[in-house]
Amino acid sequence: MNVLHRIEPFLALLLAVIWISPLLFAFWAAFHASTDAVNFNLAAPWTLENFRTAWDGAPWLRYFLNSFLLVTSVLIGQFLLTTLAGFGFAQVDFRGKDVLFVLVLLQLFILPEVLIVENYKVATRLGLLDTILGIGAPYMASAFGIFLMRQAFKSVPKELDEAARIEGCSLLGVLWRVYVPAARPTYLAYALVSISTHWNNFLWPLVVTNNESSRPLTVGLSIFGAPENGVDISVISAATVMVIAPLLVLFLVFQRQFVQAFLRAGIK
Amino acid sequence: MLRHAPAALMLAAGTALVNPAQAQTELTMYYPIAVGGPLTQVVDGIVAEFEEANPDIKVNAIYAGNYDDTRIKALSALNSGEPAQLAVMFSIDAYDLIEQDLIVPFDDVTDDAAWLDSFYPALMANGQIEGKTWGVPFQRSTIVAYYNKDMFRAAGLDPEKAPTTWDEMVEMGKALTTDDHYGLMIPSTGYPYWMFQALAIQNGKELMSNDGLTTYFDDPAVVETLEFWKSLSVEHGIMPEGTVEWGTLRQAFLEGKTAMMWHSTGNLTAVKNNASFDFGVAMLPANERLGSPTGGGNFYLFKDSTDEEKAAALKLIQFMTSPEKAAEWSIATGYMGVSPAAYETDALKAYTAEFPPALVARDQLEHAVAEFSTFETARVREGLNNAIQAALTGTKSPAEALAEAQAAAERLLSAYR
Amino acid sequence: MPDLAALRRRRQAIHGWLLLTPTLVMLTTFAFYPTVATVWTSLFSRGTRRRPTEFVGLENYQRLIDDPTFWLVAKNNLIYAGVTIPISIVLALAMALWANSKIPARSFVRTAYFTPTVLPMIAAGNLWLFFYTPGFGVLDQIGALFGAPSVNWLGQPETALWAVCAVTIWKEAGFFMIFYLAALQTIPPDLKEAAQIEGASRWAYTRRIVLPLLMPTTLFILVNAMINSVKLIDHLFILTKGGPSDASKLILYYIWENAFAFFDAPAAAAMTVLVLGVLGALAAFQFFVIDRRTHYR
Repeated sequence: MNVLHRIEPFLALLLAVIWISPLLFAFWAAFHASTDAVNFNLAAPWTLENFRTAWDGAPWLRYFLNSFLLVTSVLIGQFLLTTLAGFGFAQVDFRGKDVLFVLVLLQLFILPEVLIVENYKVATRLGLLDTILGIGAPYMASAFGIFLMRQAFKSVPKELDEAARIEGCSLLGVLWRVYVPAARPTYLAYALVSISTHWNNFLWPLVVTNNESSRPLTVGLSIFGAPENGVDISVISAATVMVIAPLLVLFLVFQRQFVQAFLRAGIK
Repeated sequence: MLRHAPAALMLAAGTALVNPAQAQTELTMYYPIAVGGPLTQVVDGIVAEFEEANPDIKVNAIYAGNYDDTRIKALSALNSGEPAQLAVMFSIDAYDLIEQDLIVPFDDVTDDAAWLDSFYPALMANGQIEGKTWGVPFQRSTIVAYYNKDMFRAAGLDPEKAPTTWDEMVEMGKALTTDDHYGLMIPSTGYPYWMFQALAIQNGKELMSNDGLTTYFDDPAVVETLEFWKSLSVEHGIMPEGTVEWGTLRQAFLEGKTAMMWHSTGNLTAVKNNASFDFGVAMLPANERLGSPTGGGNFYLFKDSTDEEKAAALKLIQFMTSPEKAAEWSIATGYMGVSPAAYETDALKAYTAEFPPALVARDQLEHAVAEFSTFETARVREGLNNAIQAALTGTKSPAEALAEAQAAAERLLSAYR
Repeated sequence: MPDLAALRRRRQAIHGWLLLTPTLVMLTTFAFYPTVATVWTSLFSRGTRRRPTEFVGLENYQRLIDDPTFWLVAKNNLIYAGVTIPISIVLALAMALWANSKIPARSFVRTAYFTPTVLPMIAAGNLWLFFYTPGFGVLDQIGALFGAPSVNWLGQPETALWAVCAVTIWKEAGFFMIFYLAALQTIPPDLKEAAQIEGASRWAYTRRIVLPLLMPTTLFILVNAMINSVKLIDHLFILTKGGPSDASKLILYYIWENAFAFFDAPAAAAMTVLVLGVLGALAAFQFFVIDRRTHYR
């Protein structure tokens, strides 16, 4: 038992090194000529050439812009819908609420990913193909978000609510002045989860975009990596590093908030 | 919303820049690319030249990945009513495109028979169905053998003599295999059926009938072909066991992990630019006969477009397949110049004089046959691919795997007979 | 007076429905209607130039049952779930216990565990492709140091699915760790002191006190992991495309392939209905078994 106790820190560290190594290798390979990268020539000179090649190979700026617009519009849509719905479920009493809540929770299991075939037809009919909105729309009424907001609003003290009403606030006024500010940490947590989910989403954007006017980074990266006759592994690494860099930097800088956010989102 | 606004403005400004408000024909063209990176710029360059010469036509050239991706994207765009007038797609997609009623034959939009006759007949074979021409060759290839001359020398072989028969290939392969590298790699992911078709032709048997309705997967000569492919690794040990990855094979060759590789001629320029050793290019070896399937992409015209658009699309295709542009494309990629006239241009003449391997694919055309293509081609091909991989990886015997693929193909094709 | 109460109740009801309308519209458009439409589509044949679409009843399901690839893919997905779920959960638990204990370089360890979670699956696929490539891939190079022969991880049916599983575990374990960490931090520290006073070993404390307290979290993670075993297939597009000979093909990939590569929407719809059925069973399990056990005190 004691032996295990002693080596535990080493196991933990070993696992950490294994876990981070694919990333480190890709990072290292991205800055080296492919011959040096595949031969583990540790003394090889560093180079930016791969990034230059990768950058020239696709309209990355456009992809970045698309991904940025995508996560922004999804977030706006989600905030709007989940705030209203979460508030409705938390603070308004009406008949049929429980049935509706079960319906909403069902959506946790009817994954947009599984419904790609019919959702594609719906998006076509609504003229949403090849639009940022088309990529984001199926995710806006998020059951997870509604659930989160409902919990947050439920824990707001009744006195605050009543005080605002006495001052003559309308229902939406109360929501805006009292509940939304009180739930600020939940919004932050949810935003971080949502951003990382949609920045990384792939299958539905792949299906619903046909050209680069709306193609997000993940789809752009997969297409960049799949030309007919194969591609240089260092260039692929460079493109990969480029794509993950913004989110990774964001994560490393706001690491504490990030983990806290996921913690908060995880506690039901 | 505030943060949204500048981006939206940028977008609007961007669109305004590329969309001058004048009446013109707008074309959308989907295309795949052979080697990653700068080739999209070559296409963009050719397109820009075309637009300059034809100010009334605007072309949106959309790079959509590999051939499968391109077909998927172009067709889903069409199915959902988005405009697309032309595309470069697999030469072998023709049956499916006709079946889905998506393309028009070139005979309907031009009576310029001389133009259609100007291409190599072998490259026209896949596009000619039911007496009409549905596809015009653009980035076309055959399979060629690349070999590492330095390794030939090291093994005591004549670096100017690549194997010309299967027996020689096995024999030389054995001499070339060391602890450090293999003698030969034939890729078996990506397009296994293509490599297999080459071997089958060399063994004297075609995989399908000319009308796209019958396959011959369970023919003894075909089974024997697959057994031979498998024996290269299992019996002779000159190729790695399991499948050989299509996408990373070029890099494996460049890193000296194999002395010979079979690959598309579309890889030629990339190999030339990156090889740190002396390499050669040769025709594939023969068993019963010499042979390789053609491969690569043809131009198609989509049905659902106006007459002006079709005329403009035709103009673009004629521009891009003209001898000068074909020569330019061939030099940039390694793909074949699609017409004899392309090889008569000064540019390509000078290039091939300095770099003779660029002529191998063309010379091999004499022995080339149409690439494997049937009705329901994606599924039939998938069945064949799986059979090949199952046999190479040892999950099934070649005879068993091919019999299953044949049965599946029969099921799929019976509906079309 | 009673009128006033009724009026109030009516107003509440109107407010409630108004607040929920946008959500209901979106859910209907992108979840409920497509679900119904999927069932409908699965009952019709595929239209081609020669044969227009027609009602065929359950024929598409019959075709699916006759399709050996479907069974192979279903089996693959069961293996995928059976491998990735327990391993990710056990690793996540170990990670959380370590990241929550006093070990050196704790913040590095925690960051390392969690980082894969923020990467796109597609990017993860690219990173691991570099690992798996035979001959010059990282794994082979490391193997070569110990004299191991080159292994074609993605190119053999025996290893391809496992290679795909490994990437999923790598991506998932750190994510699940977070939920465990959250739960661990709610365990009052005096429990540990009490256990120490009682003379219980650390192992006994973990097993007798911590693990039972983590049970609700484990069940929550379990449901999420099951959903992920259907959903997480992006890396297939990079690593194997389902090959070799379908050895690593998973259901959702096969659905995509049928719908968008073979243009056979009815076949894809039939498969989707079956998957929705499985997910529905999972939902029932969540609502009626887990929630009852963990939430109603």
